[in-house]
Amino acid sequence: MEGFAALYIFMLAAFTGYEVISRVPVILHTPLMSGSNFVHGVVLVGAMVALGEARTPLEQAIGFIAVLLGAANAAGGYVVTERMLGLFKTGKEGRPDKKN
Amino acid sequence: MNVKILINASYFVVALLFILGLKSMSSPVTARRGIIWAGVAMVLATLVTFGWPGMSNYTLMVVALAIGGGFATWSGKVVQMTDMPQMVALYNGMGGGAAAAIAAIELARGETHSTVATTLAVLGGLIGTVSFSGSLVAFAKLQGIMKKTFHLPAQNAVNLILAAVTIFCGLAIIISSHLAMFQISVFFLLALVLGAVITMPIGGADMPVVISLFNALTGLAVGFEGFVLNNPALIIAGIVVGSAGTLLTQLMAKAMNRPLTNILFKPITGEAQTGGAGIAGTMKEVSALDAAAMLRYAQKVIIVPGYGMAVGQAQHKVKEMSVLLEEAGITVKFAIHPVAGRMPGHMNVLLAEAGVSYDKIFDLEEINEEFSQADVALVIGANDVVNPAARTDKSSPIYGMPILNVDQAHNVIVIKRGKGAGYSGIENELFYAENTRMLYGSAQQVVNDVIKNIKEMSA
Repeated sequence: MEGFAALYIFMLAAFTGYEVISRVPVILHTPLMSGSNFVHGVVLVGAMVALGEARTPLEQAIGFIAVLLGAANAAGGYVVTERMLGLFKTGKEGRPDKKN
Repeated sequence: MNVKILINASYFVVALLFILGLKSMSSPVTARRGIIWAGVAMVLATLVTFGWPGMSNYTLMVVALAIGGGFATWSGKVVQMTDMPQMVALYNGMGGGAAAAIAAIELARGETHSTVATTLAVLGGLIGTVSFSGSLVAFAKLQGIMKKTFHLPAQNAVNLILAAVTIFCGLAIIISSHLAMFQISVFFLLALVLGAVITMPIGGADMPVVISLFNALTGLAVGFEGFVLNNPALIIAGIVVGSAGTLLTQLMAKAMNRPLTNILFKPITGEAQTGGAGIAGTMKEVSALDAAAMLRYAQKVIIVPGYGMAVGQAQHKVKEMSVLLEEAGITVKFAIHPVAGRMPGHMNVLLAEAGVSYDKIFDLEEINEEFSQADVALVIGANDVVNPAARTDKSSPIYGMPILNVDQAHNVIVIKRGKGAGYSGIENELFYAENTRMLYGSAQQVVNDVIKNIKEMSA
């Protein structure tokens, strides 16, 4: 990616991230932290390419670990975020207590 | 050519869906939609990448995906809600590790052709590795595997020197024309140690903020590696998360009224401190029966949950008790301090799980004025967030943090596991106050006893 285009993208992406978080109620702080944790799990895709282009055994080993870690970030991040957000089901009343 | 266009077009959609997904997650009404969109984006990105030209090692890839994905899905599903914070730390650390591993490969292969690319690779590797080891330490602490906070002599000096040496190694990598595996290995090793050493002394309510910081750092690392790999999905997702995470970290620190520099360089240690003169008075115990009576004949009760309620898994019993009291015509409200529990929103999640409706849950600003009109304030496993020392004691580590005005209630009942000091290791003046009564025991057991007694009084 060419120098200045990259800089523009960096700046705009940074602003986007900032804007997305402004005016978030406190109760969503933790789910959002979990959600953004999930999103950076896309690193798994970069790891796939790194492994895919690896040629020596050392590169393959590191690449394997990279994909494994990236997949764990993505999968775990999704499951945990989904569980947290599952509790925001209805807006006005809480979910009926399972015990009753 | 066609494949590349298809892949890039897909990455564009992926980036768009990630941004829209995160945006949706910032409002309670649309939040559940948000994670689904982000999930779709992730699946699309993964599938499309299989078609990246010139790759091999597909078997290894699929096996790694299966093991990593499988383990994480399983562990994410089986943990209790109360353990969510450390899972976020764990998965975040893994993401950082992945970014660092990518950096390692790219540097080892000499793939980075320009100084800029090498710098970004090194930076991404550094940040990713620090986030990796730091997050693992955070996980170990919250999970209870690492019990004590290690405080090295001249901790800040050690941190600085270690950081300087690591950065120096990084610079050496950037300027050298021929890279040896040795150089690269030493660099990553130093970064690993740095991450762990920085995180070890941090304890107490500071941990959630640190985890949020590591989340932002991993995002940044992913973004940098995206530039190195020329992968738009990584670039956009990484920088957006890096920036969003940074703001989120600042918001969390502000809620605690502890500036970020304090958290990193003047951490609250885990050892018990008295922070000044000893506290006058004694802690007065009360039985479940007496507590039940106080509650049953009150007109307004405010419940203040804390980490103790989470540990004791008492949220369902607490809801049951609140329903009982309301049936007797008593007004019951819940007061949530921004850092009650182990993460912002921790208590809200638990109460929602128990079925407590939103209109009974109030945050600090909404409810603080009402404590003076409350007959009983029931504190369940909360400590620092109701410690009056935060208002007056300048030597206290929690000085300046806004607290819930529990001490203004007519009567205060504190349910506590034992006589030990709380998360921050500080004595709590509230417990010694004239109108405070202590009710010792595990939250679930104690609340259950109170419920039984209330029922007998109402029968």
